[in-house]
Order: sequence, then structure tokens, then C-alpha cells
Amino acid sequence: MTISSLTQLNALTGGLFLLSTFGIIAMRQVLGCLKMFILQSVFLAISALLLGYLHLSIHLFAVAAITLMVKPVLIPYLLRQTVGSEVTARREISQLINIPTSLLIAVGLTILSYFVAKPLLSVSGAAGTVTDVNLPIGIACLLLGAYTVTVRREAMPQIIGILTMENGAFFAGISIAPDLPLIAELSAAFDVLVIALVMGILTRKIHERIGSTTVSDLKTLKEV
Amino acid sequence: MGLLFILVIPLAAAAFSLVHADRRFAPAITIAGALAVLILALKTAFMVIKTGEIVAIADWVSCNSLSALILLLVAFVALTSAVFSWGYIEGHTGSDRVKKMQRYYSRFNLFVFSMLAVVLFSQLALVWVAVELTTLMSVFLVSFENTRQALEAAWKYVVLTCMGAAFALIGILLLYWAMKSAGGKTFTWEELTTVSQGINPGILKTAFIFILVGFGTKVGLVPMHTWLPDAHSQAPSPVCALLSGVETTTILYVILRLLPVLEVSPSIHSGEWFLVSGLVSVGAAAFLLIQVKDYKRLFAFSTVEHMGIIMVAVGLGGPAAHLGATYQILSHSITKSLCFFAAGSTLLIAGTREISSVRGLIRTSPIAGGAFLIGGLAIAGAPPFAVFLSEFSILRAGIAGGHYIAITLLGIFILMAFAAVMFHVNRMVFGMPPEDAVRTVLPKTVVISLTMALVPVIVLGLYIPDSLYELLRLAAASLGR
Repeated sequence: MTISSLTQLNALTGGLFLLSTFGIIAMRQVLGCLKMFILQSVFLAISALLLGYLHLSIHLFAVAAITLMVKPVLIPYLLRQTVGSEVTARREISQLINIPTSLLIAVGLTILSYFVAKPLLSVSGAAGTVTDVNLPIGIACLLLGAYTVTVRREAMPQIIGILTMENGAFFAGISIAPDLPLIAELSAAFDVLVIALVMGILTRKIHERIGSTTVSDLKTLKEV
Repeated sequence: MGLLFILVIPLAAAAFSLVHADRRFAPAITIAGALAVLILALKTAFMVIKTGEIVAIADWVSCNSLSALILLLVAFVALTSAVFSWGYIEGHTGSDRVKKMQRYYSRFNLFVFSMLAVVLFSQLALVWVAVELTTLMSVFLVSFENTRQALEAAWKYVVLTCMGAAFALIGILLLYWAMKSAGGKTFTWEELTTVSQGINPGILKTAFIFILVGFGTKVGLVPMHTWLPDAHSQAPSPVCALLSGVETTTILYVILRLLPVLEVSPSIHSGEWFLVSGLVSVGAAAFLLIQVKDYKRLFAFSTVEHMGIIMVAVGLGGPAAHLGATYQILSHSITKSLCFFAAGSTLLIAGTREISSVRGLIRTSPIAGGAFLIGGLAIAGAPPFAVFLSEFSILRAGIAGGHYIAITLLGIFILMAFAAVMFHVNRMVFGMPPEDAVRTVLPKTVVISLTMALVPVIVLGLYIPDSLYELLRLAAASLGR
């Protein structure tokens, strides 16, 4: 494959990655959000594979393998084990801002991230390469994840929001820091697993104690 | 090799804490481990003073003067709070006491490990992982009491700090990108400083802002501080001492180590960023301190205030202000841990966190009341305690540097915070105790750890040993170029 077709393929993957992030915001049910997250992680792995092929880097192949193992498989499994039936509950999740408005805000955030990334791309001389796709979309995904955490009122979507933010950071990372030491990659993957585990267990504790996972109802701690 | 032992000992202690044995086994092994770490940390600090940076594994594990200072503080507070836990935690466990205690001590050791790892790792990607671990290892310590409030605090803590960590991650990756294009090879603190001349200021600035916002969330800078008073008030008091006394400083250390890199490019205006975010934190904390109703929240907001003061001192720039900043790091850590031990003892006696329900503490328990009074005076910045001296040296450095507006604001906020803290402490310590108050005897280990924490608070206000001063000076020097 030529470089230009690889770059185009990566751009397609980046588009799908961003689309699945929008999917997380648009989904009405927890299970839907989780499926979108799995899809998003698969696109992250595909992009790492493409970039690995482009740079001829064993490193990125390893990153792709680790991502495929941890994010679409282990994390959903862990969440299911710890949180229990709440994961697959087929009810609507309440949120502070309705979905059409949310999607509009998400578009705004995506445009904002292109504004953030553009000067970086021009000063680094990376314009026209794969970083052109990965950096702005990574930052967009980070912001969209943060938005998800802010507006969703329940525990599971908030966990997915945080994992989305990490995915965004890694999506930018595979293009701007493709040769991080493998130990760092491994421990970052381990770290993401621990996040899912800790937050999953905490969600179960909250469910056992309070009888619901609508975490935004927890507001006893405040001033006055 | 010493550095590796410092990392291995808490991990081993965490594993041994889970061994099914006598109920005193886990606390004993934790205290022994913390003591060993403190001795090794002292040895490391002396070596750093004598020979400069120590490298255990090149490019991975090393310790410079600033790391040695934080290392010493983490080790000291870990020891005192391990001793405090012995008497405190037993009273706070329900039916399956042994199991709960084992889990508590195991997590306690892992939390201490993660903080030690932040300062000892020199590979930035691993530092980020270690920072994330400090959150993840302490979440269940915050939710230890398993009440509705504790769970709420733990949830806010993990969600907000993980969000912050994701922002910081992209900052760290951008930093790597900038370093690589400047010709750097390994992603370490040292290499970053070496190639800092060639780093593109545009990318560096974006990376810095992402890192400041991300890690600033964990440091408790306003407006990302909202989780801090909740987590620092709901956790058991020995954990609060660690969270407030050293965890915040440990994360601040990561931001501070970027300083020599940032100072190369004046176009970043890093000093102004530090100054403004510090002043906003001190100011907001000063107002919030006035209206607190809960005495653990009082000390939590005071942490926000002190982190702000350190940020301002760093922002002022120059060797004198930097020395003030490292001195403030030292005085805050030792004093704040004493404050939370005093708050924990008060909680054992009064059984409530409300300021308005505690009166005449000095009569119901002279030890807790006395410690609370000294802790309050010391953290508010009354002479002759260390915080007074460090705040004074920062104000003086600022005036000498001609930053009149910033120093006037800082002075006003510090005075406001002083008045607020003293007002609340005064109401709690003096006056007539409620009718039904009984004289309670504190557990022996609680008294021991209060004494241990009290000694440096009193001594360092009057006299700083030469070697400690040298360490502070070296750490301050490492902040500049």
C-alpha cells in the first residue's frame, strides 16, 4: 500500500472514531453507550495498526494488540462483573441537557479542538501527515468525553465518559508519541484497567448503599 | 539501591498486611515499613545534599533535591499517620473488623507507594501513571466509612481527578512530541531540561496549560478544587493527613519540575500563569474558610489556600521566592498533618464534625484541645511557627522583587484566612463544654503520633538544622535555571 492510501485509510478510521464518540453522546441506554465505546476502542486499535504499518514500528503493533485486548474485551467484562446488571439495564439514562442540544454542543467542541490543534500542527511542520487527523480528533474526543461526564447523571455513562477521554488522549498519542517505551504503554493500559475496576466497584458500593446509581443525586456535601 | 528499597518496602508491606494473622499484625508491619522508608529517605536526602542527584536506574528511577524533600515529607507523614491509624481505625470498623483492617492497611501502603513512585520515577510517562495511581489507590480509603457522604466524596474524587489526569495525559504526550522534535531521546526530566532550548514554545505552552489544568485538579487549584473539601473531610483522619499534607504537594511537585523547561521561553508567561492561578486559589479559599461549618473542611480549605500560596511564590520567580516556596512546602506538610491528627482526635471525643457542636475542647480533653489549638495557630500562620516564617519569607521576596499588587492581595488573603481559622478554632477550643460531655481518654498511639507530629511543627519554627536548610536551598535552586 502506498503512503497516501494509508493516510486516507487512517483519515477514514479517524472519522469513524469521532462518529462513535458522537454515538456515546447520542445513545439513550447504558448498553448502547458501552457498545459505542467498544467500537471506538476498535477504531483506536485500527488506527494504531495503520500508523504502525506506515512508520514500520513494532511498537504501534504492540499498542494495537494491547488496546484490542484491554478495551473492547477486558473492560466490558470487568464492568459487567463489578457493576452487575446495571450495565445491561435497558432503561433510559437521564441527563441534564437533551440529546439534540448535546449533539450541537458536541459539534461546537469538535470545531474548538481543530482551533486548538491547528497552530500546533503548523509550528511543528507535521501538517499534511497522519497527525493532521489524529491530533484534532484526539483532542475532540477528550473534550467530548469530559462533556459526557458532565451531563450524564448516572455512574456507568460517567465511567464510559472518562474512558472515552483516555481513548482520545491515546488516539492523539499514537501519532505524536509513537515510540514511547513499551513499559509506559503497558502500565498505561494497566492503569486504564484499574480505573474501570475501581470505578466499577465504587458504583456497586453506591448501588448497595443508596439503591441507585444516579450519582448526580448525591449532593449532601456542600457549603452552607 | 536505596531508592529501589524505598519503592519495594511499601509494596511488600501492602502484601503482608493481607496475611491472615493476629489483628495487630497489619498495623505493626505498616509502621515498621514506614519507619524503614523514613530511615532510607533520610539517608537519601543526606546523599543528595552531599553528591547531588542520585540515579538508581538510569532514565527510570532517580532522585534530585526537590524529590528528596518531598520523599522525606511523604515518609514522615506516612509514619505518623500509620501510628495514628493503629488507635483510630479500630474504633471505626464494624463486625468483620480484622478483614476491614487488613484491607485498610494494604490500601494505605499502596497509596504511600504510589506517592513515593511519583517523586522517584524520572520517566514522565511513568510519572503520569503514578499520579493516576495515587487517585486510584486512595479512592477506597476515602470511602472507608461507607456512609452516603463518604461514597459521594469518593465518587467526586475519582471522577474529577481522573478527568484531570486525562487532560494531563494529552499535555504529557504533547510535551513528548515537542521534546522529540527538539532532538531529545529519552523522555526524562533531565533530558527535557537539556533540550529545552530547542523546544517549540507554541507546543510547550499548550502542553503546559493541559498539564496545569489536569494536575491542578489534583492539587486542588480553584476552580477545579470542588472535590477536595469533600474527600479531605470524609476520609478517616489519618488518610486525610496523607491526602492533604502530602498528596497535594506530591502532585504539585510534577508541575514544579517543569519550571526550568518553561523558563526558557518567556513567551509562555509561565510565571503569570502560576501567579494568577495561585492568587485565585488563595482568595477563593480565604472567603470559603469564613463560612465553613465542619472543622475537617476548615483544614481542607486551608490546604487549597496553602497550595495557592506555593503557586504564588513560584510565580514570583527568583531564588528568594523559590526558597520561600520550598520552605512553604515543608511547613505546610508537617503542620497540616498535625491539624488532621488533632481533628481526628477531636472526632473521637466529640463524635461530630460540626464546629458549632464542639465547645470547650481543652476541658474535655486537654491533649486533643491543645493539639488542635497549636495546629490551628500553626496552620493559620501565627508566629513562632514554621508557616509564619515561610509565608513571611515569600512576602518579603515578593516585595524585594517589586510585585506590589500581587503581594498586597496575597497579604490580605492570608490575613483573612488567619482570622477565619482562628475564629473557628477559638470557638471550639475554649468556652464551656456541653453538659453531657465526658472526659474521654484517647488511645495511646493517637497521643504518640500527635507528639511525633508536634515536634517538628514547634522545632522548625525556632530552628532549622543546617542540612535541612541546605536541602531546601538545593530544591529551590532546582526550580530555576
